[in-house]
Amino acid sequence: MLLLIQYTLIFASVLLLVALGGCFSEHSGVINLGLEGIMVIGALGGALMMRYLPSSTPAFFMILLVLLGAIVFGVAYSALLGVACINFKADQTIVGTALNMLGVAAATVLVKAINTAANPDDVSSEIQYAGAKRAFLVNFGSFEFNWFMLIAVIMLVIAYVVLYKTRFGLRLMACGEHPQAADSVGINVYKMRWAGVLISGMYGGLGGICYILAGVSLWKFENGVAGFGFLALAVMIFGQWKPTRIALAALLFGFFRALSNVYFGFPFLMSLNLPGSVYNMMPYIISLVVLAFTSQNSRAPKAEGIPYDKGTR
Amino acid sequence: MKKFLKNNAVQSLIASLICIILGLLIGYIVLLFINPAGASEAILAVVKNFWNYSRANLQLKNFGSTLVKTAPLLMCALSVLFAYKVGLFNIGAAGQYVVGACASLLAALAWGWSWLPCLLFAMVVGALYGAIVGLLKSFCNVNEVISGIMLNWIGLYTTNMILASVKESTSPYTLHLKNAAPQAMLPTLGLEELFNNKNVTIAIPLAVLTAVIILIILDKTRLGYELKATGNNKNAAKYAGMAERRNIILTLMIAGALAALGGAFLYLTDFEQWSVTQSSVPGMGFNGIAAAFLGGLNPIGTIFASYFIQHITVGGAFVDKTMYSSQISDLISSIIIYLCGFVLFIKYAMNQGIARSEEKQKQKAAALAADSGKGGEK
Repeated sequence: MLLLIQYTLIFASVLLLVALGGCFSEHSGVINLGLEGIMVIGALGGALMMRYLPSSTPAFFMILLVLLGAIVFGVAYSALLGVACINFKADQTIVGTALNMLGVAAATVLVKAINTAANPDDVSSEIQYAGAKRAFLVNFGSFEFNWFMLIAVIMLVIAYVVLYKTRFGLRLMACGEHPQAADSVGINVYKMRWAGVLISGMYGGLGGICYILAGVSLWKFENGVAGFGFLALAVMIFGQWKPTRIALAALLFGFFRALSNVYFGFPFLMSLNLPGSVYNMMPYIISLVVLAFTSQNSRAPKAEGIPYDKGTR
Repeated sequence: MKKFLKNNAVQSLIASLICIILGLLIGYIVLLFINPAGASEAILAVVKNFWNYSRANLQLKNFGSTLVKTAPLLMCALSVLFAYKVGLFNIGAAGQYVVGACASLLAALAWGWSWLPCLLFAMVVGALYGAIVGLLKSFCNVNEVISGIMLNWIGLYTTNMILASVKESTSPYTLHLKNAAPQAMLPTLGLEELFNNKNVTIAIPLAVLTAVIILIILDKTRLGYELKATGNNKNAAKYAGMAERRNIILTLMIAGALAALGGAFLYLTDFEQWSVTQSSVPGMGFNGIAAAFLGGLNPIGTIFASYFIQHITVGGAFVDKTMYSSQISDLISSIIIYLCGFVLFIKYAMNQGIARSEEKQKQKAAALAADSGKGGEK
């Protein structure tokens, strides 16, 4: 039971972070379908940091530097989305999809190159970080607390305050609702959209490193992040683009994702005798059902997905 | 020359070539960063693919193998293209491809059907699977990209579960079609001897034929016109009396059937066996997106683009593994898709360039006329 709570919380943290990233980007008017790729690259940044830092690094600095690595990689990668979709007015769906594929391919090529350079026989795309991972964990009895659970909550509070209580956040949201109106009162729409995309890169990168630290202590970059970026988008839609509701939605989805990790610990579930694949499918099925019921009255930012062109009205 | 450059098809071709060249160039730069010593050889190996073999019959055989995998890729690309013409982004092609493979293998191995019913069954299952996306889109307003991705994963796990009943007892792979269900192997119609490759079947000409049919449907029929109209403006189409909901569902059913047929086209040649422990969705559907856009969203262009994408994907296997990984070709094709996002901009820049030079010529002509006019007065 404790294990289920632990996994629910950590997967919910991942979903919350990434969904908040999507939230910032969409409120500024850019649909970020590339979150999945951003997660992979963010995870890569953090994992490289853990690989190269000596394991004697104090836990506090270890956490700080790993977060920094993930953020820098995530933000830099999201800039690819910004250039294409904001400056060159490219189709946001194509570019997002390309970023997802590019993220996995680039991470695989890079990690394999690093591994092969270190040892010519090693052609795997894995990075191990068993030692560095310990910095993130605190044991309370049998409950394994992961600092990311706290980080996710802090980032949630920050997102809420920034979006609703600051001039910047309100302006950002105006650009997603009616960019022409925002422009007419002197807000630079391009800058705001850039801010939205880069912030989503930051959140996405954090979510990525959190995801690979959730259960395992080595990561095979060929596998990507198994559709988590898209689950996060479902969480965001279910949360109606509002940070607090997103947090609740993330808990729900996190629970079903956690079930697939720990279902064999429950005699009741085992007695149902369902194949493991059923539990693996669960989060995706739930998100489809939830989307079917919540998308009709969607509160999506009105101008999302439409490139802003100063010349049009 | 200007007229030639103004032609939309020519512009698409130039834009695609720019994407390919830039994609290869960036791939080369990445290789240089990893290890400058063998970068040129590696990128050449990727581009050469079967020409890496020196013997003619081996070249032909491996050319055949590339074609075998081009057929399903082309089907996935057509699926993406068809839906995109109707304003829908069918990222679910990957999952539809998977259920197509599942349906055809199940029908062949468990029920002993012969190849034609297997293909038809795969089509029906794929169409139904695509219809889920269409229903969710038209009645519940669910974004087709997100539901498509969810269905990709659901399809993968379901397929693993179902095909576990027809797998080899000692491995996670499904039974070899050749031994277990020879009646379901696609006929080769002499192509086998031509390429000296037993996997080259009618799937390849059938895929090309499908591309032509899709072209005709889209450009020459009422259905195609209605579907495209729905894609351009849903409300206008509705106002003009077209059933926009039906059109969306129908489109995704056709797209689903196409991608599923792609799955059947690969697995009924016995070129590959399905592994029931797969934990990631096969890349075929995603590469289909690359091929569709690289082909300028034209069915005929897509045939060549699919071949090119498959050519470099297979070619990736020839790089020197002690220095690089074969995923370098995935990297190149994903860079190409990213660059395809800029196609509109490239075309815009071309048109701007043409317009500017025309303007200059006009000015020159006007100045010349003014000059000669003055001359006349004197």
